[in-house]
Amino acid sequence: MHELGIAQNILEIVQQAVPDGQKPAVRKVRIRVGQLSGVVPDSLDFCFSVILNESQMPKARLAIEQVPTISQCRDCAHRFQIEDLAFVCPACKSTNLELVSGKELEIVEIELADDRDEAI
Amino acid sequence: MSIITIERKVLEKNDEIAQRNRAFFRDRGIFVLNLVSSPGAGKTSILEKTFQELRNSLNIAVIEGDVQTDLDAQRVAQYGVPVVQIVTMGGCHLEAKLVQDAMESLNLEKVDLLFIENVGNLVCPASYDLGEATKVVVLSTTEGDDKPLKYPGMFRNSSILILNKTDLIPYVNCNLDELKRNALQINPALRIFEISCFTGAGIPEWCDWLRKKDASGL
Repeated sequence: MHELGIAQNILEIVQQAVPDGQKPAVRKVRIRVGQLSGVVPDSLDFCFSVILNESQMPKARLAIEQVPTISQCRDCAHRFQIEDLAFVCPACKSTNLELVSGKELEIVEIELADDRDEAI
Repeated sequence: MSIITIERKVLEKNDEIAQRNRAFFRDRGIFVLNLVSSPGAGKTSILEKTFQELRNSLNIAVIEGDVQTDLDAQRVAQYGVPVVQIVTMGGCHLEAKLVQDAMESLNLEKVDLLFIENVGNLVCPASYDLGEATKVVVLSTTEGDDKPLKYPGMFRNSSILILNKTDLIPYVNCNLDELKRNALQINPALRIFEISCFTGAGIPEWCDWLRKKDASGL
């Protein structure tokens, strides 16, 4: 259960990136979470909503994009999604693989509401 | 809607400190291993066996991480090995900053080999770089042969697997071949040591590997 710590890291980065006056307008924080990152999206979402109570961004929500584990074979260059955690090339059976994606834990962008959006 | 694009790693602060730790260790020629496992797999017992074999030839130090108590540090100190205990007070893993703080309480001047014994947990410590040369995942036969499949992150992020408690194989439901197959499916590059801290089997091979790693200046 380290999602609380991760949620705190996200909040910290968002607070640095958004000027004070605009903080209440933060609506969405887009993040990318890889299948192999060891982070449980639902749990992270819950932790983030809990710590928001003490921030200036009560309406912020996480938008989590889950990134599949993609590998490329170093022997035959075949690129494929890892299923069932088998790190073997389905084309040539090589285990000499490069991980292309799956370990991501990144903040991509922050969406803020404009006055216009609020009126709607 | 307006958008602020940031593209930053969530754990960037931890990773920065880990890189500073790594540079510190590299400059001083200290080989650092981050020991990870579930609670009770035998990390501290492996350290005790390792001290018995290597303490006359290598200078060893230990950073211990636990949720509560300094029981492990007391065990390590009995061997005359310098040790600092980090108590996380509930935290389920060590972070680079905790290790950096602990390093200040250790005299690392002449140390060849530093073990960081992480909090017993097969999930969270996988995400945190501490500045180590590599993670060593310890798995005991009593935990069952399916654990690499259930906790893939940890086996993916480690380069060494120590299978401990091999003396118990006749009594437990664990197929060693199946266990190794599962581990290598997740990480084909894993180097595997089979040991028993009770009988001492496999300890010399593990310690030989440590000696060679130290001599190679890593």
